[in-house]
Amino acid sequence: MASAVFFLDLKGKPLLSRNYRGDIPMSAVEKFPMLLLDAEEESSVVPPCFSHEGVNYLYIIHNNLYILALTKRNSNAAEILLFLHRVVKVLTEYFKELEEESIRDNFVVIYELLDEMMDFGYPQTTDTKILQEYITQESHALEVQARPPVAVTNAVSWRGEGIMYRKNEAFLDVVESVNLLVSPTGQVLRSEILGSVQMKCYLSGMPELRLGLNDKVIFDHQSNTTGQSVMTRGGKAIEMEDVKFHQCVRLSRFENDRTISFIPPDGEFELMSYRLNTSVKPLIWVDCKIVNFSSSRIEIVAKARAQFKKRSTANNVEIKIPVPDDADSPKFKTTAGNVKWHPEDSCIIWKIKQFGGTREFSMRTELGLPSVKDTDSYAKLKRPISVNFTIPYFTTSGIQVRYLKIIEPKLQYQSYPWVRYITKSGPDYTIRLAN
Amino acid sequence: MKPISTELKVYIFCGGGGGLFEGLVPEERAVRGLKGKVRGQTISVAVTNTYRKAGFMSLERRLRRVFQAPKKGETFELRNGLVSQYAYERKEAIQRTIAAMTLGKDVSALFPDVLKNIATHDLDQKKLVYLYLMNYAKSHPELCILAVNTFVQDTEDPNPLVRALAIRTMGCIRVDKMVDYMNIPLRRTLKDDNPYVRKTAAICVAKLFDLNPQLCQEEGFLSDLQGLVDDANPMVVANAVSALAEIQESDPATECFKINTLTLNKLLVALNECTEWGRIAILTALAEYVTDDVKEAEHICERVVPQFQHANPSVVLAAVKAVLQHLSLQPQAAQDTLLRKMSSPLVTLVSSAPEVQYVALRNIRIILQKYPQILNKELRVFFCKYNDPPYLKFEKLEIMVVLANSTNVDQLLAELKEYSMEVDMDFCRRAIRAIGQCAIKIESAAEKCVNALLDLFENKANYVVQEVVITMRDVLRRYKSFNSAIPVLCQNLEDLDEPEARAAIIWILGEYAEKIDNTGEILDSYVSTFLEEATQVQLQLLTACAKLYIKSPDTSQSLIQNVLQTATTKSDNADIRDRAYIYWRLLSSDTAVAKDIVLSDKPPIESTIEKLPPLLLNELLGELSTLASVYHKPAASFMGTGRFGAEAVQKRAIEEQQQLAKEDVVANTENSVNGENLLDLDFDTSSSTPAASASTTTGTSNAMGDLTDIFASATPSPPPQQQPQNGGAKPPSNPNQDILSMFDDAPKPPAASNNTNFITTGLDGLNLGGSTPPPPQQNQNQNQNQNQNHNQSNNEDLLGLF
Repeated sequence: MASAVFFLDLKGKPLLSRNYRGDIPMSAVEKFPMLLLDAEEESSVVPPCFSHEGVNYLYIIHNNLYILALTKRNSNAAEILLFLHRVVKVLTEYFKELEEESIRDNFVVIYELLDEMMDFGYPQTTDTKILQEYITQESHALEVQARPPVAVTNAVSWRGEGIMYRKNEAFLDVVESVNLLVSPTGQVLRSEILGSVQMKCYLSGMPELRLGLNDKVIFDHQSNTTGQSVMTRGGKAIEMEDVKFHQCVRLSRFENDRTISFIPPDGEFELMSYRLNTSVKPLIWVDCKIVNFSSSRIEIVAKARAQFKKRSTANNVEIKIPVPDDADSPKFKTTAGNVKWHPEDSCIIWKIKQFGGTREFSMRTELGLPSVKDTDSYAKLKRPISVNFTIPYFTTSGIQVRYLKIIEPKLQYQSYPWVRYITKSGPDYTIRLAN
Repeated sequence: MKPISTELKVYIFCGGGGGLFEGLVPEERAVRGLKGKVRGQTISVAVTNTYRKAGFMSLERRLRRVFQAPKKGETFELRNGLVSQYAYERKEAIQRTIAAMTLGKDVSALFPDVLKNIATHDLDQKKLVYLYLMNYAKSHPELCILAVNTFVQDTEDPNPLVRALAIRTMGCIRVDKMVDYMNIPLRRTLKDDNPYVRKTAAICVAKLFDLNPQLCQEEGFLSDLQGLVDDANPMVVANAVSALAEIQESDPATECFKINTLTLNKLLVALNECTEWGRIAILTALAEYVTDDVKEAEHICERVVPQFQHANPSVVLAAVKAVLQHLSLQPQAAQDTLLRKMSSPLVTLVSSAPEVQYVALRNIRIILQKYPQILNKELRVFFCKYNDPPYLKFEKLEIMVVLANSTNVDQLLAELKEYSMEVDMDFCRRAIRAIGQCAIKIESAAEKCVNALLDLFENKANYVVQEVVITMRDVLRRYKSFNSAIPVLCQNLEDLDEPEARAAIIWILGEYAEKIDNTGEILDSYVSTFLEEATQVQLQLLTACAKLYIKSPDTSQSLIQNVLQTATTKSDNADIRDRAYIYWRLLSSDTAVAKDIVLSDKPPIESTIEKLPPLLLNELLGELSTLASVYHKPAASFMGTGRFGAEAVQKRAIEEQQQLAKEDVVANTENSVNGENLLDLDFDTSSSTPAASASTTTGTSNAMGDLTDIFASATPSPPPQQQPQNGGAKPPSNPNQDILSMFDDAPKPPAASNNTNFITTGLDGLNLGGSTPPPPQQNQNQNQNQNQNHNQSNNEDLLGLF
């Protein structure tokens, strides 16, 4: 449990705080910036929690803010850190942006929220949708006082009552992000597919939903050894490593008979996520050569190839190639798209709007180098190439939604489920450069 | 003295600004007030800055008092607003008061005026007044009584939100007098028909227990709370469980939280229905529950396992903990299945937010030591991402080394080579050491690893060279067969400037003296600068020269003579002298005996991967996802006792508030009697200096206290000698120990034997034939070290945690 929560600016000055337990001297926070500084001097490793004089400091960083929790007990660290992340999420959803200014401007609401989200150091309600029902940014008229929504303490704590839509619709997006690490020779060192089923629900009442994935998807009923095996259309089994569900999904039901049944929250949420550890070949492969000419200029020759079926197209492909910090006067030549130099990030970005399957494009860039050599720039060049893209109507794993049954026992309306598939690059789609 | 003069300016300016508003008509003041607020903010920035320079605090207060009263600045403005006849003006004034409070300004002087606004139907205003009350109740304990009536009334309000708010705030007003009035409202809200109120009241019992355990028990609130575990609402159950667990922890004598078969079933049912945070509370309670019944353990695991699929990583960790606690009772087959089911959720934790991931990785290390097979095939998940924060990269490296085996070592080695060329120096060094650890752990891969190390040695920066030498020392200690690498290592002798690297190469020279032609020459060059070397280098030099002398007495006679002479006559370090004397005597008596001792076989090392001692490991397994499991230290070591213990922290918290309250009282009286301000200056110094000086002097007095602590609690084993983080650094007292053990019949265990670096350097000269220390004592040492760490003053305490 947390004894107190602080919002600090980057210099460590407290902007706002809430003391939940009164068992820690609030002045302990004054030591925080100094402790961080000491730790940074000590080594490059500054962990997100440490202890000093019997007070434990746990913090996260968000937009030039430190969000810090103090505790004197041997508390649950994962819970506290996650709670801090949740505070950031809720406040971001309340104010669009959480930074110094929005904290100053909205201190009244923040106090109210902090009061509601944690009591005596125990996290309580952290669901924005529900909190918004009784903590609003506009003050209430005198006569109508807000009441706690039933949902706060309900078994269904994520959905309010009395939701009405004229048109009842549900949208399912199956999004698969591919994370890859490829060696310069094209060997895939690490690859994973992070899948997620995102849902947008505009449904009235308290609907019961059941999701069926494509009929060849057979979740392994019996022993469920290393995860679930999924059959693809080709009949090839792939390892679905780990399925995670939103809190609305009945976990025991899934454990028993593998049905995904739930009462959805209103609006947008992530219904489930899964992970596949199968090796994927790079969907977009970049072969890049950097040649140093007499240390006065370098030449970058890159070839990009789309390694997926012809009928699919990758959109907004961005290939980010690192260049030395002190490079200048770039010259570009490409067969498709355009290239821009971003000196602030020391890289060039090659953008291709549409990249058809099996196509191949190439690019050549020349950059000047100053005559005085910066010895560090060699090390900086060790950064990998990163690639961003999205491929609509395509899943790498072959997973498909077969049905989404929507039943609202009282209202009995007709509803329309919509399904989309997207594959995109994950945050870590990188190709290492040769030395 | 510079900062003070700038503060002065700010306050004069503030005085002028405040004065401006005085003559205005009330309607206009509201508009102007806004500007005044902005100005107020800039001033308070300066105030909080000075706050941090603790030394100036009391001075700053006095200055403020001098200038505050006559100007009637912002406080005066606010006070007028708070007692205004217009509701909106009062509300705005409250908001401004809270704003000032947020900025760290002391607005406790307004307490009576804010309190006047407590009876309101405006929920927002009520919340703000309550917030103010919570913050400043300590400074006006007697005035809090005035609020009691409203609180009690509010707990009967038709709106559950108001009822809950009232009981929640009452519990947070940590004033003794308030406790007396909590009885009735608390009992009422515990039986409220709205679950939202009940769940708030449940927590409030824990608050009351914290303030006055005796009253809480006498009034029977504990049994009421136990009753709430049977509540129909899962959230109420979860909060009741949290509250009971806390009470049980702070006073085990209450025995208020005993789970029996009946409550167990209730918890298992509630588990599936309550919010994510409630699940954590229940899962934690389930983990603490001890059962001898195999069926029951099976049942618990069966119900907990579905939680592995929860999206909240801390629920997953809590579920893992609960299952692990009930694992040992079950048959082997069931254990294996459960562990298999656990592996992929654990892997998924690695893709959560970095801070949470850190907790998960530290926990995975603990779990891996107990169940090494659990993540057998998952090495690649732990590959470092380019933009992982450093603390994650280091943890991942540790885990990768643990997971390394003969099938995946090639993959790992390629990855480690990549890391060893990254920009971050510390990380490179750690990666190099990891290559060495792989070499030592996996015999079949040793050659590849050594080649990789030597490749790095060829072209690289200074720090790489040093680290490779240190790593190779351990590798050469394990395998005799790589002596072909030694000439390569000796190429860059002049580059080695870190003591540990120098000590390492000297150890290698001494150990493999017969394989190298010019050992004498090299050692001679080191001996010539003997007195300038660090202690650990000097010790190694003595040992290396002794070895060389025994191996080839003819050529190195003058060398050993020289080094022993220098060490015994010129060194001011007793350990150096002692070691020199012992060698001298040994070598001048029977050479056969000397050879037996100096060149004896060293105990083989299997692995240089750091391990937790078994007792600590078992303790930490029960503490998964808590801070103890993140620090890898027993909870007692950082919760501690004495000055930094939990009790003491609480006491400090109370003292801090009392001090503030005292100063406020003084400030208030000053406000009413303006003319005496200047006189107060003197009086004030005496009252506030002790507090200020106390905070600055505590460091030293504490260190003394701790020293006595250490010796008081010292076990019969040798006094703590080496702190784990010293790495291979050799403590001065150590050779003494070795010498002692030599003449003693029963050899005593070398300290900190979990540190193999140390073994190589510490034992090699004087080993009496592989005396491996008995585990319990080893553990004591470990604990002692940790205690010592903890007791060290500020910086080192912090350092210990990393």
